[in-house]
Parts: sequence; C-alpha cells; structure tokens
Amino acid sequence: MKLLALTEVILAFTAWHALALEGQVQIHDPSTIIQCDGKYYTFGTGGACLVSDDGWTWARGVTPARRGMAPDIIQLGDHYCLYVAANIGAQPKAAINLIWSRTLDSNSPDYKWEEAGVVASSDGIEDCNAIDPGVFLDPVEKKLWMVYGSYFGFIRLVQLDSKTGMRDPASQPLNIAINCEASDPIYNDGWYYLLATHGSCCRGADSGYNIRVGRARSISGPYLDHTGIDMIQGGGKLFLGSGGRVIGPGHFGLLDLGDGVQKFSCHYEADLDRGGASVLDIRPLLWKDGWPVAGENLKEGTYEIESARTGTALELAVEGMPVGGRRNRGNFGAGPGGPGSGGQRPNPFSGRGGVIPPQDVAQFSTNWPADNILVRLANYLCQAQQKWAFSALTNAGGYPGSPYFKITIAGTERTLAATKDGELVTLPAFTGGPEQLWRMDQLTDGTWRIMPKAVPKTKEPLAMSAIGASSVTLARFNPDSDKQRWLIKIP
Amino acid sequence: MGLIHQLVIPLALVAGSAVFAFADENASRYPAPSLTRPDSAEKAPNAAGFIQRWLILEPISCNGLTDSAVQAAVKAEYFPNQFSVVPRDGEAVTVGSTNLTWHAVDTKEYNVNLYHFAHSLGKPSSFVLFWALTVVNCSEELPGVSLAIGSNAASVWWVNGQEVLGIYGDRQTVIDDGVSRRLTLKKGQNIVRCAVINGGGATDFCARFLDPDEKPLKKFTVSVGEVAR
Repeated sequence: MKLLALTEVILAFTAWHALALEGQVQIHDPSTIIQCDGKYYTFGTGGACLVSDDGWTWARGVTPARRGMAPDIIQLGDHYCLYVAANIGAQPKAAINLIWSRTLDSNSPDYKWEEAGVVASSDGIEDCNAIDPGVFLDPVEKKLWMVYGSYFGFIRLVQLDSKTGMRDPASQPLNIAINCEASDPIYNDGWYYLLATHGSCCRGADSGYNIRVGRARSISGPYLDHTGIDMIQGGGKLFLGSGGRVIGPGHFGLLDLGDGVQKFSCHYEADLDRGGASVLDIRPLLWKDGWPVAGENLKEGTYEIESARTGTALELAVEGMPVGGRRNRGNFGAGPGGPGSGGQRPNPFSGRGGVIPPQDVAQFSTNWPADNILVRLANYLCQAQQKWAFSALTNAGGYPGSPYFKITIAGTERTLAATKDGELVTLPAFTGGPEQLWRMDQLTDGTWRIMPKAVPKTKEPLAMSAIGASSVTLARFNPDSDKQRWLIKIP
Repeated sequence: MGLIHQLVIPLALVAGSAVFAFADENASRYPAPSLTRPDSAEKAPNAAGFIQRWLILEPISCNGLTDSAVQAAVKAEYFPNQFSVVPRDGEAVTVGSTNLTWHAVDTKEYNVNLYHFAHSLGKPSSFVLFWALTVVNCSEELPGVSLAIGSNAASVWWVNGQEVLGIYGDRQTVIDDGVSRRLTLKKGQNIVRCAVINGGGATDFCARFLDPDEKPLKKFTVSVGEVAR
C-alpha cells in the first residue's frame, strides 16, 4: 500500500514536471522572448542564449558578442537590438550597452553583432544602478523607451531613438519606481503598466523574488498599484509569486502572439523538479478588471469543455443516460407505489438516499458505436460522454509554454480529431496523427482557444468553434468573437 | 356548431389567403394567426434568411424524444416514398388507417408555429410527429453552406435525401440551435425535409442556411408547387 501510494505521488509529480518547458531551459534573468525567422530566442545573464523552434522545446544558443546581466531585446526594422548591462567595478557603477545584429540565427551569413555604444549608465554615486534594461515601443505614440535600474536607488525611464535604438540625447532619466529591479513596461487599453521584480534573487529556494505591477495613464507615470500606492514609494500589485513546485519568479517579458493570445516569460529562481535550478517559463497573460494576471498553462486532467458563447458542453453525439438512471417525472405525493413502498409513491425531490456515483464509462460506452462518432454541444449533465481527458504528449512538440495534448473521452481511448473537411470527429483510438493533437492557448479573458496541430488538406489555422447552440466545427479564429472561446471546467 | 360552420366557410373563402383555416365540418375553427396560404410561385427568405414557405403533413402520433427514440421514429415508414416524395398541396396519404393531408403554408414569422397549424386543423399538437418539406431553388451552385435550425422539440433534417442534422430531447426552439456540416446546394432545385417530434406543449421550428462566413444565406427562393384553391 505504501509503495503504491509513493508510486502514485511520483507519477503525479512526473506529470507536473512533464508540463514544464522541455529541453535545455536553465537561464537566469531572461530577456523578452523574441522571434526571428520562425524561431524563438531569449538571452540571459552571463551570455546565456536559448533558442526554440516552437517555444516549447529549447536548446542552448550561441552567446552574443557582449555578455552581461539581464539583457533585453527588441526588433527595430531589420536590427535586432540587444541591450546588455554590466557593472563597472562594483555596483552601482554600471552601463547598458547596445549591440545589434540583422539576424539572431547564428548559422546565417548575416549573423554579426555590431557595437552601438552606451545607452544609459550610472556613476556609482547617483541614486541608480544602470542594469536590468527593459525596452518598450509605445504602440500609441510610437516612441521607444527604456527603463532600467535595480535595488540601488530608482528605476529610471529614458527615451531612445526609435530607428537606431540609441539614447535620445535630449532625454534625461526620470525616476518612476523604487525597491525593485528587472522592470519592463507594457501597454493595454489606455494604460501603461510597469512590471517589476520585488524581493530577493539568487538564493535558490530561499529566493523571495516576485513580480509586481503598477499602472499609469502616461509612460512617465505615476505608476500606482491597485491600492493607490505609487511604485516610487514601493507600491506594486502582486502579479506572480511562488507556487506549486517553482519558487521566485522574476524578469517579466511580454510575448504577444496576436489574435488576443498574450503570454509572458519569466524565470524561477528555483525549479524544485530540476534540482532547484533557475529555469525559463512561458505562461498565459490574462487581463482582469484592468490588471494583468498571471495565467497557468493547462494541466493534465479530466474536464468539461464548455462554450463561452452558448453555455453548452462538448459531448459525443450519442444518447445520454441521466446519472443514476432514468426515472419518471411527476410521480410525487401519496399514491400507489412499487413493492416495499407501503403503497406510497416516492417523492422525486427527496433524492434516493446515499451517494449516486459517477457514471462508469466502461459500462455506457458499450452502447456507443465502435467506429467514428461525431460530436455536438449539449446541456452539461455530468454524463460520461461529456467528460474529456487531456493528456500531454511529451514527444509531439509544442507551442510557447505548453506541449500538445490528446483529448479523449475520460476512461476510454476515443480521441477527438479534426477531419479533412474542417469538422470534428472522434476516432475509436489515438493513432498519433497531427489532426489528433491539440493546442491549448488561454486567451486574455481566461477562456481557451482549442486548435488542432494540423487539419488534413489545409494549411489554414483553424480553431474549435461553436456554431449555433448545439453544433461545433472548426473555423478560422476570430479574436473578436466568443464562438471560439471555451471554458475548461472541473467536471 | 352548425351556425358557426355556416359562418366560417364563407369567411374563409372571403378572406382568401389572409387566414389559414381548414374548412372541415369536423375541425376546430381556430385560425392560425401566424400562418397564411401561399399566394405566389416562389418566396424569398426573410431579411434574416429564414425559410417561410413549407408543405406540412398533418401530425402522426409519436412518442419519445431521446436520440434513439427519435431516430427510430423518423426511420419508420409511415407512407410510401416518405423520404423522396414532393407532394402537392391538398394531397393525402394514408398512415395506418388515417388519411392525412399535406398543406402549403407561409409563415409571417421567422418560425413555423406547428401548434397553430395543428389546432387550426383540429389536430393534436402533443406527442406527435410532423413531416415538412420545401423546395429550395438556387440560380447557381452554393458550396460550403450549412443548414441552421431550431425546433420544439426534437427534429431530424435531410437535404436532397441526405440526413444532415438532428437535435434531440425536450427543447425549445432556439435560432441556429443545430447547424449542419458544410454542404453544397446544387444549381436548380434542392429538397429540404424535416421531421419534428413534439412532447407536450408548444411546438414549432425554424430553418435557414448560413453561408461559408456563417452569415444568413439569401441567394435562393423556396416553392411548394401549386396551391390548391
């Protein structure tokens, strides 16, 4: 019994760990993740570089020409601009240098880092430590900005030239926050947000690193948290702290994939499933009541898949059976009853006594067709044909933050798949084809987009879409519609 | 009853297409407020794409709204060629020992109120099956369209003889409740046929086509053939 319980615990941890990014993910202070020629790149302290084809499986990349601390990166035209900080002697004397390359692909003939010069610095006396740059292109004003700084003094804001990436010579540093580091501005719906890391780094599982946020109507602040405290007085609403098997998140970076799908990158000071190593992660970015919220990548498990539009749930198109079996309506009050009833009809509102167990899918699935079964949407009634098991596939690739999943009727091998006509069907068993692999992206409102890895005979990316109240299909994703938004609920 | 009979028949004849009412001395005398007799050869869908012209058979006794009960009910043979026939208004079939008549109707609304239809004929509307069909006329082939329906309660739908959609259980009519997989309407005539099964209470259905962008399709007309005078 004890051995079995231990095995179950190990399996549970394995499943959790299997959903962390794959491959080589050790890095400290990662930059914003950037895409170049279809690959994802991030750069960290000490010249670290990680590269990925899909945002799920990562590998070591090539160290750029300048090593330093907590770089950040942005693309300006055909220049990939990497801002790298280094202390000059002891902190807080430091400088942030810009280097740029036309490509990040080290195999390309265009791969060559050029030195552009110092963008910001601190002389060791002033109230700032010029490290941890965070670069931001304002989508409204189209101006380029950089924030920088750490616990020595203030977080500062300077304007950069949006074409060259160099410092605007007329821009004087502006203090906008304190008692934090690894700051990074983002914009959403009329507000500028300053994400910054509070707490302590570099102590493994004893690191108190956490990411906090304030917001302002102007890039220059003031950045207030949700209680009205200015970040220049140490304010900040918690965005992400330690949890589960990871400790000390820090160094927020925005990864906007378009179509209403936003993710963020960070590192954890200690991943307890990786010996306490500092590792990269990518997670959904949500928005609630005007504040960014850290989402979570989908975990394996059994869920109800409910349309956010219709409120109906995905199910096999088979006849359902009420949980606990059918009974007649309207039999209530005194009257002739069955054997042992003493001549009384059972009161239908009083229940049957005891616990009615969940449906045994092994029993009910014998009534289902053996070959392909269609799917539809229906009122959720906790029935076996409405419960879906999500299983992560660790050898089928992934997408930023997550692996592909197979989706089966819980307790069976019956697998959800896309058809060549852009419709949905369930197959009797999983055979591993890309049309049976599912990408789960959490949208900014917390609902989910569900997309097959591939649809036979089309290259168009399609997503699961409610059509009508009881039907479901695959259609091109429309971020402005709720047809392709799904709730993944505990069944 | 005799006096009412004498009044109703002339009124019905005078009103012409204004009121759908069955002039039979054994029938109830309730006019169907939402239904009229067709007065043109073809009818376009309404502004929202709903089909408003149908041939409907007087109801057949039927019970059961589950998937299996409905499928069994609609697959049973009630009269010859029931999946291919395109009847005429006023044509009768024999189901069991009962003569049932096809009626051409236009609805003023987006839906066809079968409760009105049945009661205007003095027929039951609960625990019955209604067969209905219409002819969809297209001036060109229309691929990638979907049939979108709602019904109270369950219903099964065919387009050109192929079953394309079914919704089951005791439910109210919801616009676009069920939507078929994408299909092609051919140039010329297409037959849309349905069987609507009701439990107790109200009963109706609605139907339209959606184009490949899921917008209401309006590039067609419907007809039901000649309407008996």
